[in-house]
Amino acid sequence: MEVKINNIRKEFDRFAALHDVSLNIASGELIALLGPSGSGKTTLLRLIAGLDFPTAGQIFFGEEDASHHSVQDRNVGFVFQHYALFRHMTVAQNIGFGLKVRPSASRPPKSEIKKRVSDLLDMVQLSGLENRYPNQLSGGQRQRVALARAMAIEPRILLLDEPFGALDAKVRKELRRWLREFHDRTGHTTVFVTHDQEEALELADRVVVMSQGKIEQVGSADDVYDRPQSPFVFSFIGESSHLPVEVKDGAVLFQGEPIGISQGSDSAGDLFFRPEDVVLTDEREALSGKVTASRRLAGTRIAEIDIANNGHAPFHVEVEVPLHAPIELGSEARFRPTRWKIFTK
Amino acid sequence: MTASATASKAGWRLKQPSIIPGFGLTLGFSLAYLSLIILIPIAGLLWRTADLGWSGFLAILSDERTIRALYISFGTAFIAALVNVVFGTLLAWVLTRYRFPGRRLIDAMVDLPFALPTAVAGIAFASLYAPNGWIGSLFMPFRIAFTPIGIVIALIFIGLPFVVRTVQPIMEEIDREVEEAAATLGANRFQTIFNVLLPGLTPALLTGFALAFARGVGEYGSVIFIAGNIPYVSEIAPLLIVIRLEEFNYAGATAIATIMLLISFAMLLVINLIQAWSRKRYGNV
Amino acid sequence: MSENRRILFRNPADESFTTKLVLVCLSLVFLGFFLFLPLVVVFVEAFRKGGEAYYEALAEPDAWAAIRLTLTVAAIAVPLNLVFGLAASWAIAKFEFKGKAFLTTLIDLPFSISPVISGLVYVLLFGTGSLLGPWLKSYGIEVLFAVPGIVLATVFVTFPFVARELIPLMQDQGTGDEEAALSLGASGWQTFWYVTLPNIKWGLLYGVLLCNARAMGEFGAVSVVSGRIRGLTNTMPLHVEILYNEYNMVAAFAVASLLALLALVTLALKTFLELRFGAGAAGGRH
Repeated sequence: MEVKINNIRKEFDRFAALHDVSLNIASGELIALLGPSGSGKTTLLRLIAGLDFPTAGQIFFGEEDASHHSVQDRNVGFVFQHYALFRHMTVAQNIGFGLKVRPSASRPPKSEIKKRVSDLLDMVQLSGLENRYPNQLSGGQRQRVALARAMAIEPRILLLDEPFGALDAKVRKELRRWLREFHDRTGHTTVFVTHDQEEALELADRVVVMSQGKIEQVGSADDVYDRPQSPFVFSFIGESSHLPVEVKDGAVLFQGEPIGISQGSDSAGDLFFRPEDVVLTDEREALSGKVTASRRLAGTRIAEIDIANNGHAPFHVEVEVPLHAPIELGSEARFRPTRWKIFTK
Repeated sequence: MTASATASKAGWRLKQPSIIPGFGLTLGFSLAYLSLIILIPIAGLLWRTADLGWSGFLAILSDERTIRALYISFGTAFIAALVNVVFGTLLAWVLTRYRFPGRRLIDAMVDLPFALPTAVAGIAFASLYAPNGWIGSLFMPFRIAFTPIGIVIALIFIGLPFVVRTVQPIMEEIDREVEEAAATLGANRFQTIFNVLLPGLTPALLTGFALAFARGVGEYGSVIFIAGNIPYVSEIAPLLIVIRLEEFNYAGATAIATIMLLISFAMLLVINLIQAWSRKRYGNV
Repeated sequence: MSENRRILFRNPADESFTTKLVLVCLSLVFLGFFLFLPLVVVFVEAFRKGGEAYYEALAEPDAWAAIRLTLTVAAIAVPLNLVFGLAASWAIAKFEFKGKAFLTTLIDLPFSISPVISGLVYVLLFGTGSLLGPWLKSYGIEVLFAVPGIVLATVFVTFPFVARELIPLMQDQGTGDEEAALSLGASGWQTFWYVTLPNIKWGLLYGVLLCNARAMGEFGAVSVVSGRIRGLTNTMPLHVEILYNEYNMVAAFAVASLLALLALVTLALKTFLELRFGAGAAGGRH
C-alpha cells in the first residue's frame, strides 16, 4: 500500500509540532523516521495511524483519502514503544484480539482465529508460548507478540514507534536483523520511528531525517550520510566539525586566509567536514591548530584540535589521523578537508 | 542430635542483618500492644465460644431469629457491595478521566463515609428516607426507611469509598497506549472498555467488593436508625448481638459474634489470595 | 471543511462529549443522594428551630459532658495508636523478618471486625462472668461501663489507622536515608528524629487525623461497653442516639452537626495535604 502525506500540519495548543510536511512512501518500502526528541517523528506516525488528527493537510492510502477515517477503519498495524500488550490476556488472546472484535459479519470463525494465531506465532518464532501472560515474557518476546498482534488484522501498513527503544543493546541488534528479514518476507509497507541513527541507516530503505517539525532530508543511508543537504543533517548524522568561512574568487578563506581548498561561487557560510575526510599536510595553505587530546577509536586515532579565534573561545574540531602519525599533545597540526560542504548563511 | 539442632538454629534467622537499630524495641512493643489490645480479647471471645460446646453453639445458631439476622446482614451487605462496584467504578472513572468543575471537591467528598461518624450518618439517612423525609416522601407509598432497602442504602454509603479508593489508583495507572492499541486493532470504544479495561480491573474490583462487603456485614451505627429493627425482617446481626448482651445472654451474643468473626477472617483471606494471585499472573496490580 | 472534520474526530482513548456528560451527571446524582444530601440534612435539621435552639442544645450540661468525654477518650486513644503506628511501621518497613506479611494482616484485623464485636470482646474480658472484671473490681477499678472500657474499645477500633498510613509510605522510602545518617555517626534516635520523621510527617499527620475522626465518632463498639450513663459514660455519638430516640431532633442533630463538622475539617485538611505535598503524602487506603 502506497502512502501519500500532503502538506500535513499539526498544532498542539498553538505549538506547531509539524509544519507543512509532505512525504510519499512507496508500496512495500521500509522507511525510518529519524530525529531527536521533539522533532515531530512520533506525531507524524500517530497521524498516519489516525491516533491524532492533523490541523491541516491530507493523508492518502493508495487513492483513498484516509484523513476522514477513524483509527478503527484505517486498518493499520501499530506497534507501541512499550508494547501496550493486554496484560490480563494470554499471548494467544492478545494476538487474536483484533479478529475477535470485528463485527460478526466479517469476524472469522473461532477455529479460523485459532489457526491464524498459531501461524502468526510461528512467524514470530514464539510457538509454544500461546498460554503465557505478557508478564511472563522477556522484553524481546513481548515486542514480537506486539508485532504478531498488529499483523493479525492484515494491516495495510505497519507502523512501529521506537520498536527497539526499551530493549537492551544485544536483543536490540538481534531484533533489528529479524525485523529486516520479516519485512523482506511479508513485504508490508512499514514505517518506524527511531532516534538511533545506526538503527535507521542499517534497517531502512529510505531514511526521513526530521528536526523541529520539518523534514530535513529524505534519502537512502548513503544519501543522508554522504550527501547531507542541510547543516542539521550533516551534524546529526555521523561525526562532523564546522568552521565559519568565506569564499572569494573561488578560494575558501578561514579567518581571511586561504586554506587550500576551492569552490565555485563567492559566498560566506559554514564549512562542514567529517573527521575521516581530512588529510594532514605540511603546506602553508591549510587549517592549523593545537592538538589538545587524542584518542584511539577502533582502527584509527581521533585528534581533537583547537583553532585559535582572536582571543575568543577557540574553534574545536576533530580529525582522524593515521595510527602512526606523529601527533603529540600540545603540538601544532596542519590539515585540510578532502571532502566538505559549505552551507551558506 | 545436638549438633544438628545447633546447625539448624544457626541457619534459621528471625530477621536479615541490618545496621538500622531498634528492631527489638519496635517489634517487641508492637507485638505486646497488638496482643494486649487485639489478640487476647479476640482469643477470649473464641475461648468463651469453645465453652459453649459444639451442640450449644449450633443450638444458638439454629435459632430462627439468629438465622434471619445473619441472612439480612449478609444479604443487604452483598447487594450494597454490588451496587458500589457499579457506581464506585463509574465514579472512579469519572474522577480519573474527566476534568470538570468541582472534581476536586467530589474527589474529597468520596472519603466522607470514612470520616463521618456512623451515628451521624445513621440519623441523617433515617430522616432523609423516612416517609416524611426529603427523599422518602418522593417514593411514597413505597417505603424505604424501616425496611431492608433502608439498610442497603446505609451500607451503600458506608462501602462506597472502599471500592472507589481501591479501583482509582489502578485506573490512574492504565497506560493510554493500551487503549490506543485496542483502537488500532479495530475495537470500538465499548469493546475497548469491556474487553480490555474492565478485565484488567477485575482484581481491584473483587478486592473493593470484598472490603465493602466485609465492612457492610459488621456495620451497626449507620444502619440501626434507618432499619426499623423489626425482628425477622430488618434486624441485623450486630444489633442482635447488642440485644443478647442487654438480656445478659452472653452465650447468645458470643456465638453470633464468633460466626461473624470467622466469616470476616475468611473474607480477609480471600482478599489476600486475590491480590497474591493477580500479582503473580499480571505483575503488580 | 477542516473545521467540520475536527468535530468528527475523537481521540481513540476518549469518550464523546455526550457520553462524558451523561456519566458525570449520573455520578453527581448518585453522590447527591448518598453523600451530599445526608450532610446537608444534618445542618438543616440542627437549625430547624433557629440558632438559639441550636445553641441551647449544645450548652446543656449532658451535651457538655459528652463533648468532654469524647475529647478525653480521643486524647488517650490517639497518642497510644500513634506510638504503636510508629513502632510497627519502623519494624515492618525498615527490616526484613519472618512473619512480616502475617503481622501486617493482623494489624488490619480491626478493619474487618464489626465494631459491635470489638466492644463485645471487652465485655467478655471484663464483664461479670469473667475472671478479670471481678478481680479488678475488688481493687476498686471499674473497666466496663466506665471510661477505661470506652478508651479500650476506641483504641481497638482505631488501632490500624496510623500504622496503615505509615507502612506503605516508609516502605516506599526504603532504608537509604537512615543508613546514610547512621554512617555519618548519628545515633538511632537522632536518625529517627532528624531523618525519618521529617520524611513521613505529612503521612503521619493524615493518619492521626483519620484516627482522631474515627476515635471521636466511634459508635458501635463504645455503645456496647459504655452502659450509656448520662453525664458520665456518654460520648457524643451515644448522646446523639439518646436524643434521637427521645425525638429531641434539634438537639440530636445539633450534636451531630459538631461531629459532621469534624469530618469536614478532616477531609479539608486531607485535601489540603494532598494538594500541597502530593498524593504520596496523604493517600493510601483506610
